[in-house]
Amino acid sequence: MSILVIGEHDNTSLRAATLNTVTAATALGAEIDLLIAGSNCQGAADEAATVDGITRVLISDDPSLADGLAENLAPLLQQIAGDYTHVLAPATTFGKNLLPRAAALLDVQQISDISLIEAPDTFVRPIYAGNALETVRSTDSLKLITVRTSAFDPAGQSGAAPIEAVSGGHDAGLSKFVGEELTRSERPELTTADIIVSGGRGMQSSENFQMLEKLADKLGAAVGASRAAVDAGYVPNDYQVGQTGKVVAPTVYIAVGISGAIQHLAGMKDSKVIVAINKDEEAPIFQVADYGWVADLFEAIPQFEAALDSPAS
Amino acid sequence: MKVLVPIKRVIDANIKVRVKADQSGVELNNVKMAMNPFCEIAVEEAIRLREAGTVDEVIAVAVGTGQSQETLRTALAMGADRAILVETDLAPEPLAVAKLLKALVDKEAPGLVILGKQAIDGDNNQTGQMLAGLLGWSIGSFVSRLQIEGETVRVTREVDGGLENIELASPAIITVDLRLNEPRYASLPNIMKAKKKPLDTVTATELGVDVAPRLEVLKVVEPPARAAGVRVSSAAELVEKLRNEAKVI
Ligand SMILES: Cc1cc2nc3c(=O)[nH]c(=O)nc-3n(C[C@H](O)[C@H](O)[C@H](O)COP(=O)(O)OP(=O)(O)OC[C@H]3O[C@@H](n4cnc5c(N)ncnc54)[C@H](O)[C@@H]3O)c2cc1C
Repeated sequence: MSILVIGEHDNTSLRAATLNTVTAATALGAEIDLLIAGSNCQGAADEAATVDGITRVLISDDPSLADGLAENLAPLLQQIAGDYTHVLAPATTFGKNLLPRAAALLDVQQISDISLIEAPDTFVRPIYAGNALETVRSTDSLKLITVRTSAFDPAGQSGAAPIEAVSGGHDAGLSKFVGEELTRSERPELTTADIIVSGGRGMQSSENFQMLEKLADKLGAAVGASRAAVDAGYVPNDYQVGQTGKVVAPTVYIAVGISGAIQHLAGMKDSKVIVAINKDEEAPIFQVADYGWVADLFEAIPQFEAALDSPAS
Repeated sequence: MKVLVPIKRVIDANIKVRVKADQSGVELNNVKMAMNPFCEIAVEEAIRLREAGTVDEVIAVAVGTGQSQETLRTALAMGADRAILVETDLAPEPLAVAKLLKALVDKEAPGLVILGKQAIDGDNNQTGQMLAGLLGWSIGSFVSRLQIEGETVRVTREVDGGLENIELASPAIITVDLRLNEPRYASLPNIMKAKKKPLDTVTATELGVDVAPRLEVLKVVEPPARAAGVRVSSAAELVEKLRNEAKVI
């Protein structure tokens, strides 16, 4: 057995999701190569070399690989996958976009979004917005897998693995990166944050979201949102938590003015502690909350913030 | 230009699914079914392209049992021009679905295939990407904005960090995200009209595709339930509990 993990990075540094994916790979119990495919990506490869548990870093450096375009990356994977029994990628928008294309080229039925590894061919994955857990055994000789990052701890970074070059990237001439509008924030990233404060339609406006941001800053938390809050334009799309947004499992998830639709719960119900603040005592969010506070959020949030200032007793 | 829109029949998004006692799957009998919400958005986008004059014909395709005809009729009632059912008795896996769709693309030669980014049953998020791989076409996945200018397809994608803009060569595969559009409801007259629109049926064998599953489902269970929580009635109580009971802040 041997494993290839597809590293997610921005050419200069590694994205955190890569670390969770390596941990999942470690559970398979075989040598792990970590692929950094990009352009001018030595920085990312150097960081990848520090990841605990890997045997070596493979670097494929080509201008066509700069922006993670699946059309250019998938043929590279097709070329090198034959050396492995398992290829793992994070179930991020990067991994979800890329891996199925490679799977089709390799004639493999991918296993998406695994949350547990039972055996090298047997995996557990959530289906139906996490309302059921499916255990599947793959009969393909090569396994292509995306990993639910919130289900695996991040690997440490104290290693020093060798870096080897692989060639193979070329421009398929099918697609072109034009630009991106990334949300910049000083706050922690949603998928790695220890605490998340999330707002829903009950917030009523983007101005009101600043209230949550203040609370989040006091807690050192990230800010998330329900689909309704994103659809209403209160916050950008990358704040969305849920079945079709981000899946998170922080130590504390504070849901404010969120009703708790199954599609939202799908993205946060594995959080360690859930706090719900909602004025409707019947709101389904209370069924998953460890601490439920029936209150008007416009009164509750300032009070919550003030209470954090009081000395610990 | 023709557009192919593959759609899937799934349990209605508002229904709470129940896992079968024998752990073989989820209960589908006597459960309200509907078109996968992402597929509705795909159908809507295709119809808008036709209304804008960019597209001549919208062909809805479903892979599944005869019951998927209902879902195809919904697409026809929304405004698709004709429909094709690829009839199968088992629910094929995404790779098999992508192969069936490739066979139809080879026959119909559309300039664009628009699909939902995922089906809310298996949550696989694979079929569109696989189809693009099999065809060697460009892909815009998780698209929240679509613009077609001659041979160039411009899309905005919803990615983890925000939004990404890319340009695709035609023909292209598009998988749609929630915020691309608001799908229309079919009006009663259009539902009546849809009954007369053409709906052809083919089988996987006729398309020459092997749909044998590669994954064996060993069991399907309910996720562990969370223990019941407590109510708090003030900020002070909440902060006290988070500090001293849960010890998380
Ligand atoms: C295919 C599909 C995919 C989806 N994916 C996602 C997803 O990924 N993520 C997601 O979140 N949703 C998703 N949804 C949408 C989901 O079904 C819900 O519509 C959405 O989560 C509702 O958001 P909400 O709780 O903010 O709004 P609402 O359901 O409208 O709830 C607002 C809540 O705020 C409370 N409230 C209002 N005012 C106050 C106040 N002053 N003080 C305190 N409480 C107040 C109300 O009591 C209510 O409970 C999806 C739906 C579909 C069909």
